[in-house]
Amino acid sequence: MPDSEDAARRKAQEARLEKTWETPSGWRYWSAVNNTEVGLWYTATSFLFFLFAGALALLVRAQLAVPDNDLISASLYNQAFTLHGTAMMFLFAVPIFEAVAILLLPTMLAARDLPFPRLSAYGYWCFLIGGVFVMGSIFFNAAPDAGWFMYPPLTTDPKLTGIGADIWLLGLSFIEVASIAAAVELIVGVLKCRPPGMRINTMPLYCWYVLIVGGMILFAFPPLIAGDILFELERLAGWPFFDASRGGDPVLWQHLFWIFGHPEVYIVFLPSIALLAMIVPTFARRPIIGYSWIVLAAVGTGFLSFGLWVHHMFTTGLPAISLGFFSAASEAVAIPTGVQIFVFVATMLAGKMTRSTPMLFAAGALAIFVFGGLTGVMVAIAPFDWQAHDSYFVVAHLHYVLIGGMVLPLFAGAYYYYPLIMARKLSDRIGRLVFWLMFLGFNIAFFPMHFTGLRGMPRRVFTYPGGIGWDWLNLISSAGAVLFAAGVLLFTWDAIWGIRRRADSPRNPWGAGTLEWLNPIPGPDYGVRSVPAIASRYPLWDDPELPRRVDEGREYLPDAEEGKRETLVTSVLDARPIQCLRVPGNSFMPMIAAVLTGAVFILTTFHLYWTGLAFGVAAILSILAWLWRGTAMVPEKHEKDIGRGVRLPLYASGIRSVGWWAMFITMTGDMTAFASLVFSYFYFWTIHPVFPPLDAAGLPMGPGLLWPGVALLAALGAWGAMLWARARNTAGQAGGLRLGLLAAVLLALASGGAMLMGPWANGLEPTTHAYPAAVWVLLGWAALHLAVGVIMTLYALARSLAGKLTREHDIDIHNVVLYWHFAAITAVVTLATVALFPLLA
Amino acid sequence: MLIHNRRHANLWTLLAPPAIWAIHFLLCYVAAAIACAKGGGPWVDLTTLRWVILGITIPALGLILVAGQQARRHWGFGTDDPPHDQATDEDRQHFLGYATLLLCALSFVSVIFVAMPAITIADCR
Repeated sequence: MPDSEDAARRKAQEARLEKTWETPSGWRYWSAVNNTEVGLWYTATSFLFFLFAGALALLVRAQLAVPDNDLISASLYNQAFTLHGTAMMFLFAVPIFEAVAILLLPTMLAARDLPFPRLSAYGYWCFLIGGVFVMGSIFFNAAPDAGWFMYPPLTTDPKLTGIGADIWLLGLSFIEVASIAAAVELIVGVLKCRPPGMRINTMPLYCWYVLIVGGMILFAFPPLIAGDILFELERLAGWPFFDASRGGDPVLWQHLFWIFGHPEVYIVFLPSIALLAMIVPTFARRPIIGYSWIVLAAVGTGFLSFGLWVHHMFTTGLPAISLGFFSAASEAVAIPTGVQIFVFVATMLAGKMTRSTPMLFAAGALAIFVFGGLTGVMVAIAPFDWQAHDSYFVVAHLHYVLIGGMVLPLFAGAYYYYPLIMARKLSDRIGRLVFWLMFLGFNIAFFPMHFTGLRGMPRRVFTYPGGIGWDWLNLISSAGAVLFAAGVLLFTWDAIWGIRRRADSPRNPWGAGTLEWLNPIPGPDYGVRSVPAIASRYPLWDDPELPRRVDEGREYLPDAEEGKRETLVTSVLDARPIQCLRVPGNSFMPMIAAVLTGAVFILTTFHLYWTGLAFGVAAILSILAWLWRGTAMVPEKHEKDIGRGVRLPLYASGIRSVGWWAMFITMTGDMTAFASLVFSYFYFWTIHPVFPPLDAAGLPMGPGLLWPGVALLAALGAWGAMLWARARNTAGQAGGLRLGLLAAVLLALASGGAMLMGPWANGLEPTTHAYPAAVWVLLGWAALHLAVGVIMTLYALARSLAGKLTREHDIDIHNVVLYWHFAAITAVVTLATVALFPLLA
Repeated sequence: MLIHNRRHANLWTLLAPPAIWAIHFLLCYVAAAIACAKGGGPWVDLTTLRWVILGITIPALGLILVAGQQARRHWGFGTDDPPHDQATDEDRQHFLGYATLLLCALSFVSVIFVAMPAITIADCR
């Protein structure tokens, strides 16, 4: 082909890509769902919450600067420290991981977008609404005020806590939905959306971390959601899960909270360390030493972090042998954590380090984190913790770990990735000043707290008397906090205003080797010009011609002939191309669905149940409308040419479809929440000598055997009907499919009704005792899953009637059946637990 | 079986050794929690529980060793040094084997860590 013709063809391709992936302008900008926009909003919003929570910390430090201070009231102080912790954890640390991952992951994978862009957008809007709701409460003097871990019985009493605890529980449950949505998106993104040839042993380490953290979210967040459900039922309906006078136990909440809370520390730590794993090799000018060791560390930490939760509960009076297990695991986790540090240090020593602002932050982060890790080893030893528990020593420890392990690496990442996202570098001169202000400010603020703690100052006191050895230490801490804040403000100024005076950064400004630096700066809306085949861990170092080939559209997917947004799906281990995935475009639907879902949570907070229910129905309808128009779309042809002579199918169902994986991952999280409820039930068994307790007539309470038996048969029948329906569809019999779906709906409704009839007919009153409450909540959970199954089944029926679900195009039925596998397991385990276990006990 | 006789390493074989640690940990925790909650007071003698913990620790360690054997085989018995960064089936297999082997070592040590309290703690105080 002559050069001029080739150039014209390329121009036309670029124009089509440009138009297909164009960011909408005007007010429609907010309908964008592409990762570049959503990731940016997400990052900016969580950074704003960080600034807000930081301002609350300054308020706390101002109050504590001198003894007997009356700057703010005890009540406002309580709200300030509670919101500070809550916001830093739930509105900053976790969301900014999701935000940065949504922003960076597609660039590292040279993907046009992640597989579920609208899900990311939905997650973002949920996060924004929930975050504003929780943070806004302080302006109405209604913020939660019982500490970020909300221990009952202080918090279960509505008179004592006002509406603050409800805002915490419902607002944050809502945000957890966003986290799980992000986890689904990121796991499927890493496993299925890598560029061709980017095998599991050559993918960037950041992807490994994202994969592990996504998995951890699925096992860590659901126990808290389960706990929130129990907590709200106690506050709103008087079901006494945590009320010792009616058979409950406040320690159960501590278990559920910390099964979430401890892994969460690693959920925020690992993604930040992941940024260092990208930064260090770039400035050491060599590949990372010990790639496999980093994988060991990430996977090992991911697992071990789930065996640590009781180390937050060493003083609750659990038997020493239980404490011993958790103490041992807490020491063991130091091994993989240390391995990561050694890998970074080894890479730095073996390479030729160049001085840079990101590395300055990285080095400072490692120094602070190592110090926090050492005090962590101290407090992991139970007898030491008995002395230090709830003192400022612990406050110092946790800030060393979180600021060294999470905040400073994130700032290193900000300096490193700013040119990629905002097209300009942050100032190195200001950066050094920011670093020293933050580094010195941090140490001046938090190092003395070790001594304030050892001298006996408990955390969360709003003031203290003078002359008991705490005065100077507190004053120094407050001064340090001001320095630290000055550093953060200077950074913020540079990030927003400072960069305006600078020129655009050159392409790949740091000379990095990984794919995120492949694109020109500023990059086009569509991401990469063409998706390259990858053959090494540092493709930009190993293949200097790669950017030219990509720019010239000589790699995969260089065009958007049909004007549809497309990205590649590849196999899990070896990234062989298997599908050209059409992803949905911009839409207001995710925002509308999030507003409606948010309304349900907010109205419930204010006890407006009927209005809340109406919004709930509207939210479900909006989600169905979004799914109907944006998922399992039937393509106009079976396959297409993606360039370089490769043809790929446009439609894939069952285990080959990304939707199936999303359902599987979501339901894994759902199972974890269910397991937490089952755990609660058995927890009550362990604390009660007689279980189930006896009723007024002296007989054991229980839902009986009749109704649970009916429910079990009907649930299994519904599940069988779904399997049959799927088989009929595969055989090409639409009539059989529809009949099976209808039968499943009827049987599921019958099963759900029978489940609720069991405790109802046997007079189990959930407000009298934790046992009937636990039975009701388990059966209610299972019945709710059947109800959701009914909605999905009716949706599949409607899709079949509309001709969108056929033998060839059967994504929906496969995904709904997958859901039913999990719903059936939930039903069987629930019924066995509530009906059969009492016979054994 | 996941930890034995697998021809190819994958993500599941990678996760198997720490999963064995997790199951061992959970069993120890649940067994101790039940023994103490249902035993009737802080002075309950835990001799039986300590034997039970030994009884689950030895199989757990054995399974991790088996998984380690397989991982070594997937690694190619160390004939090829890391970093295993080539885009080939062989290097992918060697990398997964090596990372799994490292995880076996970590899981092995962690299982011993978790079992150690049973050596010294004899009652539920």
